[in-house]
Amino acid sequence: MSHPEVGERLSSIKHVILVLSGKGGVGKSSCTVQLALSLAHQGHKVGVLDIDLCGPSIPRMLGLEGQQIHQASAGWVPVFADSTKRLACMSIGFLLPSKDSSVVWRGPKKNAMIKQFLADVYWGDLDYLLIDTPPGTSDEHLAAVEYLQEWNPDGAVVVTTPQAVALSDVKKEINFCEKVGLPVLGLIENMSGFVCPHCAECTNVFSTGGGEGLAKHMDIPFLGRAPIDPNLVMLLEQEDKTLVPDANDPDAEKERTGSIVETYQRCELSKIFAKITSHLEETVEAKE
Amino acid sequence: MADVAAPQGTVPEDANEHCVGPEHELAGRASGCEGCPNQQICATQASGPDPDLPVVAERLRNVKHKILVLSGKGGVGKSTFTGQLAFALAGDEEKEVGVVDIDICGPSLPRIMGCEREEIHRSAAGWSPIYVQDNLGLMSIAFMLPDEDAAVIWRGPKKNGLIKQFLKDVDWGSGADNTLDYMLFDTPPGTSDEHLSVVQLLRNSGISGAVIVTTPQEVALQDVRKEIDFCRKANVPIIGVVENMSGFVCPGCHGESRIFYPTTGGASALCKDLNIPLLGSIPLDPSIGRACDFGSSFIDTHADSPAAKAYVQIIDRIKQIVESTSSTSK
Repeated sequence: MSHPEVGERLSSIKHVILVLSGKGGVGKSSCTVQLALSLAHQGHKVGVLDIDLCGPSIPRMLGLEGQQIHQASAGWVPVFADSTKRLACMSIGFLLPSKDSSVVWRGPKKNAMIKQFLADVYWGDLDYLLIDTPPGTSDEHLAAVEYLQEWNPDGAVVVTTPQAVALSDVKKEINFCEKVGLPVLGLIENMSGFVCPHCAECTNVFSTGGGEGLAKHMDIPFLGRAPIDPNLVMLLEQEDKTLVPDANDPDAEKERTGSIVETYQRCELSKIFAKITSHLEETVEAKE
Repeated sequence: MADVAAPQGTVPEDANEHCVGPEHELAGRASGCEGCPNQQICATQASGPDPDLPVVAERLRNVKHKILVLSGKGGVGKSTFTGQLAFALAGDEEKEVGVVDIDICGPSLPRIMGCEREEIHRSAAGWSPIYVQDNLGLMSIAFMLPDEDAAVIWRGPKKNGLIKQFLKDVDWGSGADNTLDYMLFDTPPGTSDEHLSVVQLLRNSGISGAVIVTTPQEVALQDVRKEIDFCRKANVPIIGVVENMSGFVCPGCHGESRIFYPTTGGASALCKDLNIPLLGSIPLDPSIGRACDFGSSFIDTHADSPAAKAYVQIIDRIKQIVESTSSTSK
């Protein structure tokens, strides 16, 4: 089946990347947000589409809770996370009556929503569209891949944590990508170690190195390893994203920046993600 | 319009105003179905309640307590908790415990409970679960996959079909009567097909309650509120909330820090807000993850750690709550 309305929207978008992981809670959404913030910081125009319909976290992470979508003649206008409009976001979170309401939907209804997201959102010109997905290999993933397939999405970034339980789900996700013909652009090993703020010793809370080993084993590019950074956790948590977080002293008065893009640059982790992002950009551009 | 009143709990919550629900005998033909995009689907499906519901109820007749382990968010430790709960309950040799892993796309319990690469046996009585201990059986899709990396790329209806089979075709042994003291259900994250199916299929047999697992940060709590909303809509009693990964003790200097910072007060504030019991908090301990990777019981191998103590306390409370509610309802 052809989906020309999706193709029309995608024609103004240079790169489409899905962020996947078989396992939940490994940091798909936080990696998506960090990739988006890094890309936006480098001057790209970025869109983030959240297709986790039952548990949308992107609005909270980008500080856009309570915002609403506007309908224009060209389609749904996404919500912008910064004043320069370089970072746009679309999520079901913007469409719910209250943030506590659950979306108890079976597959077909989720598929229809995803199609609408892909066909009806007025992104304008974008360099990157990042699609954040729910865990698993089911309806949402199939729907997204099905609608995007004929328009050649660039591929998928797979996120994992280092422990064996997560890796086995991630292998399934990579297997899924192979089966549906979606190129794997690379693997990110997230939550790889935690630096104790008291003694600066790095503990491997969820062990370490598993992701890199898996990438080698399955012959896919390894994009990098990101430790747990309490400051980042705090930045994604707090409602006012212009405050520079300090997890060591949460109650201290904080510095203020212009936008979440700038605040993120103050987190240690942004340096690591800058590398991961440029690695990803090279992969994507090499494919062209 | 009394004759088109829907069987309770079958109308989709987001349906049109006069929806009679897909299980009603007039589904697809009632006046409210006019113009509904799903009219065709409802009209062509076999109407009436699912004929398998009594079969499930019969099969699970002698299961005393059915407990769902839920969480809106992924990776908060549902499976870890289910695994430890199962080990702890089965620690009492008198009790028979069954675990059903309905996370079809990402089954992790076989690894956590140390029985990977086993195969299900079929007999006239049904599928036999894999026994981790004499009194602890586990059923998971992982035992049916050709190899452990194979992805299960299934849409909703197929997942529902398998869940139904798990409920009606598994022979939980211990004689002909399928007697179990506890049956635990480990679920995938979210509020979708798997959750709806298991709740609907258990409608006739009754669910003792749901244990909701969360981590302290708002991003997780957000999804947990949705899950609680789901339980309330679906009439599933909530046993309580377990806060997992709350605080981390550095093995080097023993200083405690918060990896997942509770900016909105964590699970305790949420429980107070929504008036549900907080069962307890489990600190993050790297050995929990390692125990899961090796499929051993963390509570037994690290009995002295604060995390194991927290687990034991929480599990005792669950036992208490479940046993007291079922004795009052009978």
